[in-house]
Amino acid sequence: MVDLQERQAAAATAAASPAIHCVELSKHYGRTVALAGLTMTMPRGEVFGFLGPNGAGKTTAVKLLLGLVEPTGGEGWVLGKQVGDVPTRRLVGYLPELFRYQPWLSGEEVMRVHCELARLRRSSWSEEVGKALDLVGLTGRGRDKVRTYSKGMQQRLGIGVALLGSPELVFLDEPTSALDPVGRHDVRQIIHHLREGGTSVFLNSHLLTEVEMVCDRVAMIDHGRVIATGTLNELLSGNACRFKVSGLDPRQRSSLASFGNRDDDGEWIILRGLPPEHVPDVVDEIVRMGGRLYAVEPRHQTLEDRFLQLLGEDH
Amino acid sequence: MPELQPILTFAKLTMWEASRRRLLIAVAVLTLVVVGATGWAFFQLRYASGPGGGPEIGEVALRVLAAQVLIVVAFLFSAVLALMSVLVAAPTISGDVESNLALGLLARPVRRSEYVLGRWLGLAALVVLYAAGSAVLELIVVDWATGYVPPHPIELIVYVAGVGLVLFTLALLLSTRLAGMAAGFIPLTCYFMAWVGGILGGAGEAIGNQELIATGVVSKLLLPTDGLWRAAVYAMEPASLVATYRAAGSGIAAFPFAATDGPPPAFLVWVAVWFAAMIGLTLWSFRRREI
Repeated sequence: MVDLQERQAAAATAAASPAIHCVELSKHYGRTVALAGLTMTMPRGEVFGFLGPNGAGKTTAVKLLLGLVEPTGGEGWVLGKQVGDVPTRRLVGYLPELFRYQPWLSGEEVMRVHCELARLRRSSWSEEVGKALDLVGLTGRGRDKVRTYSKGMQQRLGIGVALLGSPELVFLDEPTSALDPVGRHDVRQIIHHLREGGTSVFLNSHLLTEVEMVCDRVAMIDHGRVIATGTLNELLSGNACRFKVSGLDPRQRSSLASFGNRDDDGEWIILRGLPPEHVPDVVDEIVRMGGRLYAVEPRHQTLEDRFLQLLGEDH
Repeated sequence: MPELQPILTFAKLTMWEASRRRLLIAVAVLTLVVVGATGWAFFQLRYASGPGGGPEIGEVALRVLAAQVLIVVAFLFSAVLALMSVLVAAPTISGDVESNLALGLLARPVRRSEYVLGRWLGLAALVVLYAAGSAVLELIVVDWATGYVPPHPIELIVYVAGVGLVLFTLALLLSTRLAGMAAGFIPLTCYFMAWVGGILGGAGEAIGNQELIATGVVSKLLLPTDGLWRAAVYAMEPASLVATYRAAGSGIAAFPFAATDGPPPAFLVWVAVWFAAMIGLTLWSFRRREI
C-alpha cells in the first residue's frame, strides 16, 4: 500500500515537473567550452524557442538534454527524470540537425525501425507510420526509397520520425532549415497541432521570425549561457518608433534621447521604449527645433531586434 | 546491462541495410559464377587429358587433386569474405556518426552498448550466412564433380567464417573512431601482414629459427586470421595428403596452402579471448565517443 502511494506520488511529481529543468549544465571538450553553464526551465505543454548565434552551444545543449553526450558539470532533468535516463526517452521525440537517413530504405521502413526502437507495440506500427506520414505531408511517398526524396522531403520524414508514438516532449533542431516557404508554413502548423495536443516542443532555430510566430517562451543563449528567458510578451515589452529627419544638428538630434533609448544612423532616428502616446510630442519637438520630418514609422520590437540588442549587451 | 530486444533490432537493421546494398548483391552473383566455373574445373579433374576425352585418373590421385584445388578455391572465398566483411563493417558506425543517423537512433530508449552489440551481431550473421552458403554450394558441386567430400566440412565453414569475423570485428572497433576508409584499410593491411607473418613463422619452424617462429606466434596472437586459415586448410585435407605432408618434414609449414595438424585448443581459446577483448574495447571506445 505504502509502495503504491509512493509510486502514485512519484508519478504525480513527474507529471507536475517541468518538461526540462537544468542547473549549470555544462560541457567542456578539453579546454574548449561548448556549454558554460545552462540554467533554465521549460514548462510542460509549451513551445519553447531556443535561440543563439552559431557556436553558442545550442546543439550541445540538446545533445546533453537527450543524454547523447555526458555533461562535465551541473545537472538536468527531462520530464522529471535525470538527463540520460534511458526509459524516459520513450516519451521523447528528436529531429537532429543535418541528418541523412539510409538512402536504400524506404520512408516507411525508416519509420518502422524507429517504431521498434521506441518500443511501440508492433500492432500499432502501421497506424503510427500512416499518421506520421499524413501529418508531414508524405502520404503516398512512404514506400519510395529515401534516396529519391528531396531535401525538404527528408526533413519532413525526420519530423515524422520524431513524432512517432505521440511523445510528450519533442526536440526539433532546425526543423525548417531545408524547407521552402510552403514547407515552413506546414511545420508551423504541425507545431501548433502539437501544442494543441499538449505536447511540449523544444525548438532550436535560427529563424527568429518563425520562433516569434510559434513559440510561447524563449531562451536566448550566448557563450554557453542563458542571457535572457521569458515569454515573448516579457521579452518584447518595449515599443519603438523611427523618424526620418533632416535639418537638425548633432546636438539637437541627441536631445531626442530624452524621449527614449536613441539609435541614430544619420537618416533615421530610432527611439526605443517610446510609448505610442508620446509620438506626437516627439514630432512637435522636431518641428520646434526646425527639423524637417519626412516619415514617422511606429513599430513593435521584433524578436530579432531584441536578440541583437541582447547580444550587443553581452559582448 | 544491455537488453536483448534492442540488440536484435539493430542486428536486423544491419542485415536489412546490407541486403539493400549493391556490394552484397554483386558478391552473391559473383559467388554463383565462381561456384559454376569451379564446378566445371573440378569435373575436368576426373580425366587425365583433354576435356573429358581421356581415361579417368585413380581415386586417390583424384582426391588429392580435388583437395588441393578446393583449398585454393576456399582461399578465394576466404579472401572475398575478408574484403566484403571489412568493406561492410568499416563504415557502419563511423557512417552513422558522420550522417548524424546515430543521433536519431541513440536518442531512442537504447544504450550505446546495445547499438554496438546489435551492429556486431548483424554483421556476424551476414558473415556466417555467406561462409556457410558459399561453402555448402561449393562442396555440393565438388562432390557432384569428383565425389570428394573434405573430412571436416563443418569445421571448414567455422574457420573460414572465423577469418571474416575477426576482420570485421577489428574494422568495427576502428569504425568507432576512424572514418570508413581508414577503418577498412587498416584491417585489410593487417590481414595481409598476418598472412606473411604465418609464412615467416612456418619458415622459422622449417629452419629452426626462434626469432621467425616468435614472429609467427605474435602475428597469430595479434590477428588470428592466418591461424584460422591454416585450421580451415587442415579441415579440407584427406588423410593421405596429411600423411604426405607429415612425411615431407617441417619445411611444409611455410607453405600457406598446407597444414599438418589441426588448430591447438590453446589457439582456439585465444581466439575466443581475442573476440571478447575486441568487442569489449569496441563498447568502451564507442561509449566514450562524442557524437
